[in-house]
Amino acid sequence: MGFEWRVAVRFLLEGRFQSILLVVGVAAGVAVVTYITALINGLQDNTIRRTLGVQPHVTIQPVKDVPLAGRLGTPRVADPAGVLPQAFSIEQPRAQRTRSIDNWAPLVPMLEGLSGVIAVSPAAAGAALAQRGEGSRAIGLIGIELERYDRIARLTARLVAGAPRLGPGEAIIGRELAEDLGVQLGDRFTVALGRDTVESMRAVAIYDVGVRDVNRRNVYVPLRSAQSLLGIPGGVTAIDLAIDDVFAAEDVARRLRARLPYEIESWMQTNSQLLSALDAQTISTRLIRLVVMVVVVLGIASVLVVSVVQKRKEIGILRAMGATRAQMTRVFLLQGAVVGAAGSVAGAGLAWMMVAAFTALVRGADGGPLFAIVIDPMLFAAVAAVATVCGVLAAVAPARRAAQLDPAQAIRL
Amino acid sequence: MTGGAPGQDDPAARPIVALHGIRKTYNVGTPIETEVLHGIDLRLARGEFAAMIGPSGSGKSTLLNLIGLLERPTAGEYRLQGVRIDTLSDDALTAARLSTLGFVFQFHHLVPAFDALENVAMPALIRHGRIDARARARAAALLDAVGLSGAAGKRPSQLSGGMQQRVAIARALMHEPPLVLADEPTGNLDTASANAIFELMRAFNRDAGTAFLIVTHDPRIADRCDRVIELVDGRLVRGQHPPADGLRPPGR
Repeated sequence: MGFEWRVAVRFLLEGRFQSILLVVGVAAGVAVVTYITALINGLQDNTIRRTLGVQPHVTIQPVKDVPLAGRLGTPRVADPAGVLPQAFSIEQPRAQRTRSIDNWAPLVPMLEGLSGVIAVSPAAAGAALAQRGEGSRAIGLIGIELERYDRIARLTARLVAGAPRLGPGEAIIGRELAEDLGVQLGDRFTVALGRDTVESMRAVAIYDVGVRDVNRRNVYVPLRSAQSLLGIPGGVTAIDLAIDDVFAAEDVARRLRARLPYEIESWMQTNSQLLSALDAQTISTRLIRLVVMVVVVLGIASVLVVSVVQKRKEIGILRAMGATRAQMTRVFLLQGAVVGAAGSVAGAGLAWMMVAAFTALVRGADGGPLFAIVIDPMLFAAVAAVATVCGVLAAVAPARRAAQLDPAQAIRL
Repeated sequence: MTGGAPGQDDPAARPIVALHGIRKTYNVGTPIETEVLHGIDLRLARGEFAAMIGPSGSGKSTLLNLIGLLERPTAGEYRLQGVRIDTLSDDALTAARLSTLGFVFQFHHLVPAFDALENVAMPALIRHGRIDARARARAAALLDAVGLSGAAGKRPSQLSGGMQQRVAIARALMHEPPLVLADEPTGNLDTASANAIFELMRAFNRDAGTAFLIVTHDPRIADRCDRVIELVDGRLVRGQHPPADGLRPPGR
């Protein structure tokens, strides 16, 4: 391919303006595609990380109470006309009371032994009211074993005040709830459940998971305290799991559903709307990338076609001297490949600068970068490969035209 | 029927080019179908130095292109060094061009993107994918022979018309082809340059035994060739056969 390379490079160098135009065109396309991909990936990673911030990957809960249809016994009243109903069914769904997972203790070691499961954390949770002085707020009371829970939700890392501990009578509350109730570290507040149950707690730590609604709602207490408050001594309302591959959560949930008679939900189910939105975003981004690359390919093709027309005489001379059609085809295909490769290098540099600018200029509420964009070197390599292939594809039509030139005609004109 | 004129026994004297009943028609099958060559019989012997003359439109360039494997005859047989050419594939024709023929055109002869030395060595680049030391040496020697050793690194745009033509001749001889075809090689040169070009070709013919077929309008050139082939309206009217004794025919 020595002949083809030398001629391709010389032709590119000779038509300097066109070559630069081509490379710039590819660079722009590559930069846009790379930047968008990195941006959307960063955004989605960030969104998912925030979403999963305090959510477990898989949750196991007791099956919901479901009303059953029943049959009447033999009626004691004569009913020759068949007016009395034989069976009844209840239309109204039943109010759910706090139920514990039956026989949950052996589940924990079993779940820990499953492949892919990193951590298991039983929890006892229920709705309650937090009160202090005149103020009261609706909360979700969550009884946990702190070290276990930390492996699921990394609560300890989100503490903004206080020490990570949960002894009897202690609670960890969110930043916004603390503000609403006027609670500072060490202050006491009461938790009320139903009509009769009221307990006093001391706030030993304050957390901030970055989502205000969660900060306002979740109050973490020791498992024992919650069990007694909720009236389920020794019971748990849910077992939370952390999985090593976050995106395999639904598969794990499915496997568990086949084996266990409980309500098993993955984070994807809980957040299905968010995921649909993210999917839609991904599909749109793919479409944009495709369109951009199509435009780039068309651009390269049109410039190369012009180049072929301009180089008619040279092609004719080379063919007359004994260059084959295949050789001339390869000359132009190589030009496409070189332009694609050079453009992708330039485009990668451009994309890198765009990302750096974004990280420096677009700030989040806390003054730091809105979210991290990491350009994976694999992304660069993939886009470079695609750009080179696109360059070659774009050159196919011009190359065939070049090869089809009749030397006698080409020289004459 | 197989080609061959009467008296063709001696293999050593086998012609390089043997045309028999060659016809060329353009736009076949359309309302503007035109037959340009009407049954050409022609033989060229080794080491010949022949001119082809004729008025414009007589089909000289067509016949030269045909002999040069740049076009195919519509009918008839063409043997190049004894091989039937009209039945070869396009790639085989291309290969034959590379090994057997050299071309010198009136215009557009050098590739502007390459310098003089690379242009001369172009046949080697095409065949081998690179210009090795041997090819480079031969190209330099040829440039020397045409008196352009100092121009090796110059681009065609930096050379005069006459100099470009000399580079083209050097290139045509790169692979030592038995036959060089030249289409109006002195067409746009002044008398002195035209003369120099002619002498160059003559010298190669004498020293290397390369056959030349030169299409020309220039009677100065034609008169100094060993044979004059005249084409009028697509027919040979003069010079169909090589001179039997190698002597120049009486000048006209």
